[in-house]
Amino acid sequence: MLEYLIQGLYIVAGVLFILSLAGLSKQTTARMGNIAGMVGMALALIATIADSLFLSATQPDRQSVPVTLALIVAVLLIGALIGTPIARKVEMTQMPELIAAFHSFVGMAAVLVGFNSFAAAEGAGGAVHLVEVALGVLIGAYTFTGSVIAYLKLSAKMGSKPLTLPGRNLINLVGFIAFFALMIWFVIGAEANPTLGWVLIIAIAVIGFLLGLHMVAAIGGGDMPVVVSMLNSYSGWAAAAAGFMLGNNLLIITGSLVGSSGAILSYIMCRAMNRSFTSVILGGFGSEGGAVVASATEEGEHREIDVASAAELLWNAKSVIITPGYGMAVAKAQYPVADLTAKLRAHGVNVRFGVHPVAGRLPGHMNVLLAEAHVPYDIVLEMDEINEDFADTDVVLVIGANDTVNPAALDDPHSPIAGMPVLEVWKAENVIVFKRSMATGYAGVQNPLFFKENTQMLFGDAKQRVDDILKALS
Amino acid sequence: MQIGIPLESQAGETRVAATPKTVAQLIQLGHSVLVEKGAGTLASYPDADYAASGATVTDDAHVWAAEMVAKINPPSDAEIAKLREGAVLVSLLAPARSPELVAALNERKITALAMDAVPRISRAQALDVLSSMANIAGYRAVIEAANEFGSFFTGQVTAAGKVPPAKVFVSGAGVAGLAAIGTAKSLGAIVRATDLRAEVAEQVQSMGGEFVAVKAEQQKSSDGYAKEASDAYNQAAAAMYAEQCKDVDIIITTALIPGRPAPRLITAEMVATMKPGSVIVDMAASNGGNVEGSVADKLVVTANGVKIIGYTDLAGRLPTQASQLFGTNVVNLMKLLTPAKDGEVVFDFTDVVVRGMTVAKDGEVLWPPPPVQVSAAPAAAVEAKPVEDPAVKAAREAAQAKAKTTRQLIWSAVAAALVVLAVTFSPASFVGAFTVFALAVVVGFYVVSGVAHSLHTPLMAQTNAISGIILVGALLQLGSTNIAVLVMSFIAATIASINIFGGFLVSYRMLGMFKKEA
Repeated sequence: MLEYLIQGLYIVAGVLFILSLAGLSKQTTARMGNIAGMVGMALALIATIADSLFLSATQPDRQSVPVTLALIVAVLLIGALIGTPIARKVEMTQMPELIAAFHSFVGMAAVLVGFNSFAAAEGAGGAVHLVEVALGVLIGAYTFTGSVIAYLKLSAKMGSKPLTLPGRNLINLVGFIAFFALMIWFVIGAEANPTLGWVLIIAIAVIGFLLGLHMVAAIGGGDMPVVVSMLNSYSGWAAAAAGFMLGNNLLIITGSLVGSSGAILSYIMCRAMNRSFTSVILGGFGSEGGAVVASATEEGEHREIDVASAAELLWNAKSVIITPGYGMAVAKAQYPVADLTAKLRAHGVNVRFGVHPVAGRLPGHMNVLLAEAHVPYDIVLEMDEINEDFADTDVVLVIGANDTVNPAALDDPHSPIAGMPVLEVWKAENVIVFKRSMATGYAGVQNPLFFKENTQMLFGDAKQRVDDILKALS
Repeated sequence: MQIGIPLESQAGETRVAATPKTVAQLIQLGHSVLVEKGAGTLASYPDADYAASGATVTDDAHVWAAEMVAKINPPSDAEIAKLREGAVLVSLLAPARSPELVAALNERKITALAMDAVPRISRAQALDVLSSMANIAGYRAVIEAANEFGSFFTGQVTAAGKVPPAKVFVSGAGVAGLAAIGTAKSLGAIVRATDLRAEVAEQVQSMGGEFVAVKAEQQKSSDGYAKEASDAYNQAAAAMYAEQCKDVDIIITTALIPGRPAPRLITAEMVATMKPGSVIVDMAASNGGNVEGSVADKLVVTANGVKIIGYTDLAGRLPTQASQLFGTNVVNLMKLLTPAKDGEVVFDFTDVVVRGMTVAKDGEVLWPPPPVQVSAAPAAAVEAKPVEDPAVKAAREAAQAKAKTTRQLIWSAVAAALVVLAVTFSPASFVGAFTVFALAVVVGFYVVSGVAHSLHTPLMAQTNAISGIILVGALLQLGSTNIAVLVMSFIAATIASINIFGGFLVSYRMLGMFKKEA
């Protein structure tokens, strides 16, 4: 009876999770989706706690009910005490590293659950169970170190350059072959000899740790949006694998939901960069051809503009498009940019934002930053929505973006970013580029935009410069 | 270096080669400036302002004796005689059309820089007088036309009836043409434009004009200037002009080919078909005119009441603005010539801009300069790319797509077979779990496929919180009596619950920030 009640609650929770993800695909339903997820999680936890207590009450080889309950309460309290303040205080610019850090938690939890499942020999038992344990531990371990590296790179505690070891694809291949060999050995030998089993499962975890470390270290800072959503996907698969081990349908449903949604997000990102999924995953962007250097030598004369002229240009414009990039996040310029937007709109200027799908270090990063600064979301448009409009635009402000506005992606077939859809800002009458210096972007590609006749450079810290423009306007 | 700014002697000239603002900039570069009394009066720059900017206001003898003289028009013979030997002269020189002037300057060992011989490359735009003056002239051409035109440019619906907008046709989409397009458009007219160079269609559209193409073989420009056209093209163009003449109210022609008489675009017959009261501005009147019947510097009214304006001093009719732009062009030239900003002039002939402008130096005629090949048009190498027959290309792409579909089908079949095989030989509990798994994957795929880009970050935080569901597994293991399992499940449950609380809250917080416009 209780068991069926629990299963019923699990089904409701699973449906709520599906509704939650579906709700989050549109602005109007997003908050409902968020709430649905919370309710689903609450139901799932109530059911699980009841289940766990029931097991403790009926099975002799478990802790007593009060002890189990105390442990559960302790776990949830610690989680709430640590998780809540993080969620309240985190700055929106730090969102990418926070999410990467959270992914690592799921990965680690999956590894531990896998170990436990092996120790307690729960679920179905037999060869299938052991395969599930091995896969769960591998994916969890991979997710853990991968996310930790992604976190370190995103929080600039580690250089964001791709670390490319010679023969890195071979290393990955050897890693996977070793995993398969160990898994087969584990399936055959673990039941007869638990000590050997422990050695093997820990070896599998180590392989997973190393693979995650190596593969994410090889991916550069600009590909991070893809990596984060990919790790998101892995954390889901890790949960699904745990569900298989434990024979728990809710874990399977939820894990595969998250896994496949993360995968489709990664795919959307890759398509936005016109890169194949494998080339991003295998990393080492920019190292695949000598042509990079050749096309990067294209130089020219750039023109500078001063703050007063920029302000005047904006004040007299009818239509302005702002294209933000990672640089805006770094400089935390979203607040003055929002003030500038409000001021110009009050003056009757049509100000809109054009966001490239891979701008920033997290999918949708720019949207969150602009939302934080109270820019209404309906003037923040996607690349495909706004690319047609640049020709009718008086002024484009490029703030901290480089590769996503590079005309070489369309004009120069030898460019490393050739074929990547970009924001066609150069079609506007005037382009003002906010930039620290004439250095190249993440891809190491020279940007011919800076040398176009309608482009003017405004050097300096983006936040400082936008503040100066605001001052000039008041 | 000492720079002299004389009063222009040519009749009707209103401009001056420096303004108080540019004088200050020249002084910043380390030069000293002598301005002739009254030089800026016609351009509304009083002598006192020059003096206030740091220039010495003096008489013409001192100005012409300076080491460098900057002026607008080519010097007269008398003025050449007043130049000191070896001095530097900066002005319009038209070296291609006036070899005798170049010879006369060279005889006196003058270093002559022609402001109208700047190579048409992006970098040199800052000192290109032809561009800056053409911009002004194009604007003024529309203003002159509006002045003579008897109706509004913009269409209006008034209580006294509906007014149709004027139709303006601009021939030649160079700097002057584009300026004319923009000005006419901002007055509210319907603007059409044509040009030999089909690649400028985009520029015309960017100014708000409609590009009228000539239906014949097009030419590409490699040096930034228009060239003379072929016969077949001329016939097609004539037909197009004849058609436009019948329709439009205002025509502005800007077709000039360097060193040649202006091409005759509009014949007397075409003018005869225009509506009475129509206005034509022939900006090429000084070089013979694009329009039959136009007279340089005159307003001619034809028998059918069409006014043909042939003013050649359009830029000079905005003397204040024209002087400022010309002066800025001179400043930009001096920036190039005094790289150290110390007043020392350096002639770097490896720089194509300096080399191209210098027509004479140290008793040697340096005109014409070696050609410079840079322009907005794509380079020839790019065009030479073999063009695939569209039919062949379509067939090839179709074959590729088909091969891809076949490959995908094969892989899907293999995957399906593997799944069937795996499920066949699995225990019953796995089969149930696998069914759930497969369905959930598909649901996840469809649910997220349509997600708005702006919600990717909150979605990720949310899925992250949801994947904290692994807590469920850890909680079930938490009752274990095996101390190792207990410790591990405690850790796993703790970090997973951090994930759940943190993930949901941060997603909630982000979603709260997204606000629609009030």
